[in-house]
Amino acid sequence: MSYGTPVPDGDPLMEPFWQNAREHRLSVQCCRDCGDRHFPPSPVCPSCLSEEQDWEVVSGKATLISWVTFHRAYWDVLQSQLPYDVCLVALEEGPLLMSNFLGPRPENAREGLPLRVAFDAVSDHLTLPKFVAA
Amino acid sequence: MTSMNHLRNKVAVVGVGNTPYGNFPHKSDYALGADAFKAALVDSGLEKHEIDGLVTCRVPYYARMGEVLGLDPRWTLAMPGHGRMSGMAIIEAMLAIESGAADHVALIYTNIGRSRRMNYGGDDSASVWDPWGFTSPGAAHAMMFRMHMQRYGTTTRQLAEVSVAFRQHAILNPDAVMKKPMTIDDHEEARPIAEPLRLLDYCLINDGAVCMILTSAERAKDLRKPPVLITGAGGRDAFRRSAVANFDPDMWFTEAQDTSRQVYEMAGVGPDDVDALMCYDNFSPTVLFSLEGFGYCKRGESGAFVEGGRLALGGALPTNTDGGHLSNSYMQGWALNIEAVRQLRGECGIRQVPGCEVVHYVATTPCTRSIIYTRA
Repeated sequence: MSYGTPVPDGDPLMEPFWQNAREHRLSVQCCRDCGDRHFPPSPVCPSCLSEEQDWEVVSGKATLISWVTFHRAYWDVLQSQLPYDVCLVALEEGPLLMSNFLGPRPENAREGLPLRVAFDAVSDHLTLPKFVAA
Repeated sequence: MTSMNHLRNKVAVVGVGNTPYGNFPHKSDYALGADAFKAALVDSGLEKHEIDGLVTCRVPYYARMGEVLGLDPRWTLAMPGHGRMSGMAIIEAMLAIESGAADHVALIYTNIGRSRRMNYGGDDSASVWDPWGFTSPGAAHAMMFRMHMQRYGTTTRQLAEVSVAFRQHAILNPDAVMKKPMTIDDHEEARPIAEPLRLLDYCLINDGAVCMILTSAERAKDLRKPPVLITGAGGRDAFRRSAVANFDPDMWFTEAQDTSRQVYEMAGVGPDDVDALMCYDNFSPTVLFSLEGFGYCKRGESGAFVEGGRLALGGALPTNTDGGHLSNSYMQGWALNIEAVRQLRGECGIRQVPGCEVVHYVATTPCTRSIIYTRA
């Protein structure tokens, strides 16, 4: 299925994330020196300030923190999808990720609900990591 | 750790001014800023040439503001148009005056967001989360309020108490933008924006300007109005957990607790001593987070705390007596600070808090700041 979403803002630091997502891998930045995992990516490690940074494919396991239902489209491209949910998840490896439920919101959605990543190819160029109940 | 405790009661607010609030497409930031500055200057009794410090906030270009007002300060600071900046700017001005960098500081805030159709989301504030459709400070606060509901059983009807109380105050404020009476049911039936938040949980977007003039408590004695003293101040930023703008997984509780310890210790007062609270209310849930973070109630109990009109005039804790950002004016904390001054001077007419001696300003944000004002 193909549909419109706001496009990524073109931050070159994010390119590996999007490349991995196209190949159905969820990844976060990981410091080669101290092992700190962080997302969104940063030009230096926020923990030790090292510039030696890699991308690490993570388990895709997460827990739900919260979600909201948008009734207003801040981008025209989302107007036809109202209302839509955005969820905030905590990856097993630590970083938080803003995302969507793939398919309907889990009926028992609440803070702490176990989730797993699923990939949604919204166009030839863009695949979004999303989440379903584990 | 060092503290600012030695600055207790050293600096005073001696002049406050504001423009009308509303939709002024034909007025520039500088025109609004000049109006507010003139009002504050008259209020203070100072002459223009005595202003030797300038803080601008949300003003496009500080030098143009100084040019328009004919000022050549020896200390100038320009701050961006974020709500958290008001408390930060006032504390900076206090430090500048106490250090001798300036004698009389004018702080000018201008906002033309209404007439220029600011959206506060989408392409106005691009972020890494755009492809998932997440945007806007309101949605970030909706995320946090959902967590509060799930963790503590807080309800949207309890949240409505915040908006309803502030609307009651706005009705008593001649300057306020929103004066239509509001009930809890009105809040519950309002258009959802980012659920669980609805339209009446959101601040207004309007044009206007505010000016404050600060000087030392010593110099303040000879001026036109009774000085209002900065008795306490404190702050703590939370940048490490700011991957989602305007969101914190702990609702800035740790930062608010740290800030409250600083401000109460410096002022030598606690929540029980506060006669009126001025609480940054970009969105109604921020008020609940602030009440908990600053020790007005226990963690998780703010929903029950605000029930029964506790925040309304006549209640135990009159809060945002001007109507706040939800119903008075979106002046990003500045209008609340001048309301604090006017309450302490006893200038608030039918919305005056009787015997008002201690007013507490709180902004629970990624840069949490708090100020306690008292009558000299």
